[in-house]
Amino acid sequence: MPLRLLKYGLSRRYPVRGDLPPTPDLRPAYDVVIVGGGGHGLACAYYLSRYHGIRSVAVLEKGWLAGGNTARNTTTIRSNYITPEGIAFYREGVQLFEEMSRELDFNVMFSQRGQLTLAHSEATLRSFHLRAEMGRHLGTRIEVVDTKGVEALAPLLHMDYGGALEIVGGLWHADGGTARHDAVAWGYASQAARRGVELHQRTEVLAFERVGERIGAVLTNRGRIGCGNVLIACGGMNYPVALKAGVELPIRNFPLQAMVTQPLKPFLHNLVSSVSLHTYLVQTDRGEVVIGGGSDPYQLYSTRSTLDMKEHLAAGAVHLFPFLKSVQLTRQWAGITDMTPDYSPIMGASPVENLWLDCGWGTWGFKATPVAGKRMAETIATGRVPAILKPFALARFGSFRLLNEMGATAASH
Amino acid sequence: MKILTCPMNGPRNIDEFQSFGPMREAPDPEVASDADWARYLFQAENQPGVVVEWWRHVPSNYFFLAERDIVTNRVLRTFDPGEAE
Ligand SMILES: Cc1cc2nc3c(=O)[nH]c(=O)nc-3n(C[C@H](O)[C@H](O)[C@H](O)COP(=O)(O)OP(=O)(O)OC[C@H]3O[C@@H](n4cnc5c(N)ncnc54)[C@H](O)[C@@H]3O)c2cc1C
Repeated sequence: MPLRLLKYGLSRRYPVRGDLPPTPDLRPAYDVVIVGGGGHGLACAYYLSRYHGIRSVAVLEKGWLAGGNTARNTTTIRSNYITPEGIAFYREGVQLFEEMSRELDFNVMFSQRGQLTLAHSEATLRSFHLRAEMGRHLGTRIEVVDTKGVEALAPLLHMDYGGALEIVGGLWHADGGTARHDAVAWGYASQAARRGVELHQRTEVLAFERVGERIGAVLTNRGRIGCGNVLIACGGMNYPVALKAGVELPIRNFPLQAMVTQPLKPFLHNLVSSVSLHTYLVQTDRGEVVIGGGSDPYQLYSTRSTLDMKEHLAAGAVHLFPFLKSVQLTRQWAGITDMTPDYSPIMGASPVENLWLDCGWGTWGFKATPVAGKRMAETIATGRVPAILKPFALARFGSFRLLNEMGATAASH
Repeated sequence: MKILTCPMNGPRNIDEFQSFGPMREAPDPEVASDADWARYLFQAENQPGVVVEWWRHVPSNYFFLAERDIVTNRVLRTFDPGEAE
């Protein structure tokens, strides 16, 4: 309809209202104050406003929305973990991604293309059998495949038969996939804003005012605000922010780096990761190959990238797909990740009555954005931690009930 | 390349070292409570600023301490555990 288009183009209402409203003035108090405007904080705000009728919500973000780890991650979505508690939780996360574009009326480009994890040794293959059995038992799509199966899934993969890094099999997880990270955050943000949630960018939480067993107020660079409940969802800053509220988390910070190549014609139709090489690859819709790996080898609050990691990731990628050797890198970056001792998150109550935690997301939290948001909203709205979150309580460390996901996390997040 | 100065082997590429994380005070097993043990096992210094941490020079299997700023990544000093005050 060229005429309609012309009319629209010339109308005063053009351009249309943006998805996100500008930062308003702070009100004196909110029912819920969410510290951290990454995917997790925004998702929680959305679920509070849409499903629990709680609309007096402020999301406080010290920089720009979703500019933390949400902006830096490599968007692996999967549920092939190893503990029953972990699998059940991440399975719900994957299910929410399957529905997300419709739920948010926003295309998050969820692409459920499956994840293939490679074994280069019998020992790794044995651990894959365990993960496959656990996953199948809990209703996820996961199976061990032999070398023929690996070849069929990734025909261009260098199998290294007879070599030191010979591929002996793989773990195929058909539920795995990716989504567009900023679309996820923007979808939650715009839907939450439409329901009255206030998004305060450039608003940094500097301190908390304790009143007995509660947080009485949140002090920011833009003023003091009263709060009913407070959620901490600060990604790499969870440890220092929680400490301001008097809560010491079992978290250490490590950088995690990734990099991306120039666009190539589509050749990689699923997510591929190698446990032994600490390298994983995914090709984006634009054709770029995103390459990620393990965390930096020592504790640091820094988003600098290193030549060491570039070399390491390039070596892994070129080993798996030798023709990548002549491809150019366009970017390398890092995020600060909040690592827990057992590679599982910390969600639920804190020792402070009205302070809730959505922390310890380390290198694996993007896939949990919808489920953590949904379940933390439920927790805050009802004041009770739902069964699915209970195993992830901060208190598990005091009772030595850790949820060890190290083996299922280290190489592919 | 980042250089770490080993008290025994001198300045070396940091690749040759393995980090063992911040030093922690071991609890007295005679009197330690469960909470003390949990703290010792799972809680480590992570405040932005200088931490004292264990490192190992892998080829010589020599353990030593370093004072490092975990924001700027500057190593202020490295020393043999025998020199720790
Ligand atoms: C390189 C890399 C690759 C990754 N790959 C994957 C992957 O493939 N799959 C996966 O599932 N996960 C992955 N992750 C992990 C994932 O990115 C994070 O776990 C997840 O994005 C955490 O989301 P969040 O909303 O909790 O935190 P963030 O997105 O970091 O948001 C926290 C926000 O809090 C704000 N903030 C901090 N301090 C304050 C303050 N004092 N006041 C106000 N605001 C504050 C920050 O500015 C930030 O915007 C990866 C991470 C990195 C770095």
